[in-house]
Amino acid sequence: MSDTSIRIVQPGPLTLVQDAGRSGFQRLGVSVSGAADMDSLLIGNRLVGNSSNAAALEAMLGGLSLEFTAESVFALTGADTQARLDGVLLGTNVSYVAHGGSILELGMATDGLRSYVSIAGGIEAQETLGSRSTHVASEVGGVEGRALKQDDVLAIGAASDTAVSGVTHVKPPVSNHSELEVRVILGPQDVLFSDSGISTFLESQYTITDQSNRQGLRLDGPVVESKSGSYDIISDAVVNGSVQIPGDGKPIVLLADRQTTGGYAKIATVASVDLPLLGQATPGTKLSFKAISVAEAQSLYAEKRELIANSPLEEVIVSEQFAVNDSQYQIGVAQNGSAKLVTLDGIAYPVSFEEITPAN
Amino acid sequence: MIWSRVANLSSNADNTTSFPRVVPAGDSAILIELGSEIDPTVNDQVYSLASDIENTNINGVTELVPTYRSLLVNYDPMAIGFNEMHDVMNQIVENHSNRESTDFEPVVIELPVVYGGEDGPDIENVAGYAGISAAEVIEIHSSTDYRVYMIGFAPGFPYLGGLDERIATPRLKTPRVLVPAGSVGIAESQTGVYPNASPGGWQLIGRTATKLFDVNSPKPSKITPGSRVRFVPVDSYE
Repeated sequence: MSDTSIRIVQPGPLTLVQDAGRSGFQRLGVSVSGAADMDSLLIGNRLVGNSSNAAALEAMLGGLSLEFTAESVFALTGADTQARLDGVLLGTNVSYVAHGGSILELGMATDGLRSYVSIAGGIEAQETLGSRSTHVASEVGGVEGRALKQDDVLAIGAASDTAVSGVTHVKPPVSNHSELEVRVILGPQDVLFSDSGISTFLESQYTITDQSNRQGLRLDGPVVESKSGSYDIISDAVVNGSVQIPGDGKPIVLLADRQTTGGYAKIATVASVDLPLLGQATPGTKLSFKAISVAEAQSLYAEKRELIANSPLEEVIVSEQFAVNDSQYQIGVAQNGSAKLVTLDGIAYPVSFEEITPAN
Repeated sequence: MIWSRVANLSSNADNTTSFPRVVPAGDSAILIELGSEIDPTVNDQVYSLASDIENTNINGVTELVPTYRSLLVNYDPMAIGFNEMHDVMNQIVENHSNRESTDFEPVVIELPVVYGGEDGPDIENVAGYAGISAAEVIEIHSSTDYRVYMIGFAPGFPYLGGLDERIATPRLKTPRVLVPAGSVGIAESQTGVYPNASPGGWQLIGRTATKLFDVNSPKPSKITPGSRVRFVPVDSYE
């Protein structure tokens, strides 16, 4: 048992423990949940040498601050919050080292909704039905099935040998967040919609309303016409990205915390490759849908998975090297351009620079 | 042209409205619809089809979700592509429908229920709607073995079919913010039990002290899809 842990200093608006999700129990009504932006979870875990399904903190809108009790390698992925470690500005998609007693503070999320803090060894919250993911509605997973609170202490597992600081991962392309186009596969119940209804769905722009959360996005926009005038089906199973059309004709896109079954007809399903975009989309975002084939969706998904899992991790470009006393210092900038780091005896530290006017 | 694109991509391309339908539910799941109504025979087929798929051991299939009249087959698209999955599923469905009948022997789970009073605050609503006494509601509700058509809504929440039409009652106009764990309710011609405290709109007629869902148990749900439930009236939670 590792004695490394973190303490929550400020939880922010909503910080949850999330991993790759709780699958295998949907037939018993157990929601899958898991990271709303799975790409960011996977990249974060890779940067700190964790297995792909290790648990991280998912902070909505930033605002989280925490204290490390022991030296830990960590990385920030997802929405950039201008986070600081002991006051020094950090980049996203870079691994850093924090010392025992270091304070990590996330600011406001600027280019998305959810930020992830991955720590080498992973968050060791109670595993329930094979997952540590928090599902607040059914009070399962994470810490007592709830959002994190001030002074919660979470154990961190043993870091792997590959947990090193100063590596970066290419940030996946983020589309313009005020206007988002996601690809969908029509069905499984598109047969219940009229041609005009399907055309409305594919050619209109919808707005993500503030009645949206990890369970799903409620959209406002043109009414999608069904063939019979009814939108109800005998309840059946749903998936991550199911697009339901309820009685008011306005789409609901189901996300990670969805219930396992639903009674509204599903006109389409969001392609897996685009689901992380929806996990980052803020209310007010304009959303449109483009139909593609299953084969195309699967090939896009495989391409992205390959990029996330196997693209080479970049190291810091070293521009200066010098020795002070007996220590070797290197100053450099991470290749993704977002981080300034100093490495000392092989450990990378974030640094900030200020211009000074030398005294004459 | 949008129309040719839609026609090509739609699962409606062959305009099939007959069952079974084997259609994509995105790029990581296939839905097999066996009917469009609540029907015990169709529901039997859903569960026996699920057994067939489980027994076939298809590489890449990750999770099955059987419901009233359809079966969702989740798969890992990195392990098996859609075309192959679609072919395999069609094959299994074809062989399955040729089979005589299901040899399925359901388990009966007995749940002791305290009816009425604080435990069943809506029993007079149900009695009033039916034009009978509360005692008759209890008598009717506890004299049937209910089929567990599926589990959904919340962990361990069983959708039970076979409710006597005499006590079928619409949902509450305003759902309760908090329904106590173990509450037994009626919604139209369905009955069910809330395993955990949650919001809910069903007419509550009683409550069971039996713990229905335990995340720490290897078999977390006491009631499983495809089994039967019998309610046994008791006076107290002894």
